[in-house]
Parts: sequence; structure tokens; C-alpha cells
Amino acid sequence: MTSTRVIRGAIGVAGLLAVAELAGRTGLLDPAVVPLTSTVVSDTVGLAVDSEFLTDVSFTLIVWAVGLGLASLLAVSAGMLLGSLPRAESAVRPVLEFLRPIPSVALIPLVTLVVASDAWMKITVVVYAAMWPVLINTMYGLREVDPLAKETLRSFGFGRLDVLRRVSLPSAAPFVGTGIRLAASVALIVAISAELLSGGAGGIGVYIIKAGSADRVDLMLAAAMWAGVLGLIVNSVLVRGQRRLFRWHEART
Amino acid sequence: MLDVINLSHTYGAGPQAHQALGGVNLHVAEGQLVSVVGPSGCGKSTLLRSIAGLVRPTGGRILIRGAQVDGVPDDLAVVFQDYSRSLFPWMSVGENVELPLQRRGLDRTARRAAAAEALDAVGLGNAAAKFPWELSGGMQQRVSIARALAYRPSLLLMDEPFGSVDAQTREDLEDLILAVRGHHRMTIVLITHDIDESVYVGDRVVALTKAPARVAGDLQVDLPGPRDQIATRELPGFVHLRAEIGRLVRGKHADLLPNLLPNRSVH
Repeated sequence: MTSTRVIRGAIGVAGLLAVAELAGRTGLLDPAVVPLTSTVVSDTVGLAVDSEFLTDVSFTLIVWAVGLGLASLLAVSAGMLLGSLPRAESAVRPVLEFLRPIPSVALIPLVTLVVASDAWMKITVVVYAAMWPVLINTMYGLREVDPLAKETLRSFGFGRLDVLRRVSLPSAAPFVGTGIRLAASVALIVAISAELLSGGAGGIGVYIIKAGSADRVDLMLAAAMWAGVLGLIVNSVLVRGQRRLFRWHEART
Repeated sequence: MLDVINLSHTYGAGPQAHQALGGVNLHVAEGQLVSVVGPSGCGKSTLLRSIAGLVRPTGGRILIRGAQVDGVPDDLAVVFQDYSRSLFPWMSVGENVELPLQRRGLDRTARRAAAAEALDAVGLGNAAAKFPWELSGGMQQRVSIARALAYRPSLLLMDEPFGSVDAQTREDLEDLILAVRGHHRMTIVLITHDIDESVYVGDRVVALTKAPARVAGDLQVDLPGPRDQIATRELPGFVHLRAEIGRLVRGKHADLLPNLLPNRSVH
């Protein structure tokens, strides 16, 4: 069942690559503008052992990981506070609704002025973008906590903090997990966007800019391929982690 | 043990207000098992939640061993109808049973031993490592009961504890309660809308009127023990009590039907 799906998916990908290759070979697409698929694929493989590119990848991953970690920490704490204090939540909500739609890349010029370090500037932008899915999901998860579960613990004489720690938190955890997984993809996109827009010492985005100024469209595409692959890996690792950690949640819904 | 004095409770205010309890008076002696029966939506659960300190009643007082209830009383456990929501799905069965024991200041080994003993008592001695959602509904409610038993409360409140299980399981659980109360000296208040059940498990049945609830009748159940699902239910005393409570719950007092119920006393 799943294996036939995998096979079909592989056929789809191979078909697309073959069509693109053919379009290049027959002159439908000018190989001088759009490089041949075979060239891009072999470049992509080559980049995996290119130490210069790998350094760039590590720059991006550090910004991504630190940004995502800080965003999760901040957003889970804020979400717990707001989720358990409904009055504070209704006071803060308009502010959140205003801030949330601001595209984080629009903040880059401002953050560049305020934060001197290039890496921390990018991390700040990533934190801003990645915070929202975690915050919203944490607040939602806390709202969804079953009142009867809380009453059960209260009836055994546990206080408010215990109820928060032993019932609200674990029962909201699967929602927090989903928030972090969504934030992980956003963080990767924003990290690379920040590199593309503001350059810097290194990163996948910086590599793409350099390849562009050297007129190496094939390398630009190969680096973009790796950005996509990283996104896929991160997502599937987190999906698996979520399934394992929150088996109880899936088993019940 | 437990005194409920002129308890009233109103939800909301203004034209939306709903008065659930309209002055309930009740005394429960130490060690008694009292069934509280009443029509659906009559405020039975509000009464139980008030005793448990989960709802702050708008009028009247509740005393447990002479001390006024203000917040959740110590030494009390509640078994809710909805076991699937009341058990914590992220914890194993054993962890669920152990959790409240932290309030008792027991160390880990003592907690584990107490949980194992309570699970044994409800016939789930080897389910400690399972998760609640891996068990059937009846077994999950047994876990809730074990959790309450392990806590060794002096007052056990049960809110329609068998309302969500099938008939066979229901009978098994009724007998389980009767069996465990023999071992654990505790006072039990069991809320139900099932008149047969109220008589079968109770030492005494308190019937409530429809909302705003008041006590419509308070009957001693003098049926011989140990009770048996078939033999007890065919005793004339059981049948009489059931009929009388049925009339109380429906709001027609037995006095209005003297011919049908010539004798109030039961053996």
C-alpha cells in the first residue's frame, strides 16, 4: 500500500525531471538561461561534499536552530501565561492580532539597525516569525484542556499550579508539538530569506547570491534543492517525534 | 460525617438564572452508603460538586465532620461518570492511580504498592503498565474506582459512576462497589438517575425533586445482605421501595396512591 504510493511518487518526480531535461535538450528551454536538469542534479550531488557549501549550510542551521529554540521557549511561556490568565489574554490579543500579520522579512532593516551582530539579527527575525505558530497553538491547546480532567485533579486537593503542571501542560503538549513543527518550516524559510536579503558571512542564501553574481544558475538551483531537502528532513523528523511522544493523543482522536 | 444544610445554588443571574438546588438538607452517618436519586437535570451533580468543593454554592452550608466545606476538602475522592475524560491519557493506568497519592506524602515505592493493591482489588492487577485508552469502558471505570480507593478517602463521592457502561458491566461494577466498601471503611454518596441501582447499592436512598431540587423522600433500605443481582431484585421489599421511589422522583407522592402502596415499611 505505502510502497506503491512511494513508487508512484518516484515515477512522478522522475517524469518531471525527464520532461525538464528533454525541454532543455530539444532547445525548448535555452540551457544558457535554464540549465539542464542533469547538470543541476549532478551539481546537487556535488554540493553534498563541497566543504564551502557545507559551511554555509551550517551557518543557516545554527540560525535556524537557535531561532527556533528561543521562539519555542518564549512562545510556550507566553502562551501558558496568557492561556491561564483569560483577562490578560483579552488585553493582549488585539496587540497580537496586529503584530502577527507583519511579514518578518519587513523587519530586517529595522532589526539590522538595532542588533549589531549579523547572526543575532537573523536569529531575531527568525524568532519573530517562528513564535506565532507556537504561541497560537499553545494558547489553543490550553483552551482545549478538558475541564473534567482539571476537576479530577482538583478534587484530590491539588492546587492551581499543580493542575497547570500535571494536567493543562501535558494535555496541551500535542498542540505545542504541532506549533513547533509548523514553526520549524517557517524558521527555515525566514533564515534563508534573511540571508538572501541582507547577505552576511555565510548561509545557504548567501551561497545562492554568490552563485547568482557568478552567473551560475545551475548552482543556485542546486543550493535551492538542498534547502528543500533540509525542510523535508526537518519536517519528517518532527512528525515522527510527535507520533512517538504523543501516541496517546493520536490513539484517542 | 456529612451534613448538608439548606443548600441552594443558582447558576447565572437575571432572567438567564437557573436555580439547581432549592434548599437541600441531608445528613449522612459515618460508614453509610447513601444513594441520591432524582430526575435528569435535577441538580444531583451540583449537589455532589458542592460537597466536593468544586462548586461554591450560593446558599446554605456543608459540613464534613463538623467542619465547614470551603474549597476542596481533604480526604475526599470523586469518581466521575466520564472515565475517559477523568483518567489522564498520557499516563499509564498505574501512574493514574499513583498520582493522587503524592498528596498523601507517600514515597515512590509506597505509592506503587498502594496502586498495585487498589488495582488488584478491582480485578485489574496486571493492567498497571497499560494506558487507559487501551482498556474497555468498564475497565477504565474500574481504574477510576481503584484511583479513588488507593487514596483511601473517608468520603467517596460517585457521580453517575455506571452511567456510561453496558448493562452487564454496570451490574459487575455495582457489585464491585459493594465488595470494596466492606474492606475500606468509608462513607459513600452515590448519585444516580437509576432507581433500581439506588436501591440495590444503597443503605439509604434520598430522592430529590426536579430542579430546583429539594429532598422529596429519604428511605432506609433494609434489604438483607450480601446483595445479589437476581435474588435481591426479586424481593418484595426491593419492588416496593423501587415503586415508592419512582413515585417520589416523578413528583407524585405515595400518599396520593394509598391503594397501590398499602404499606410503606419494608423488610
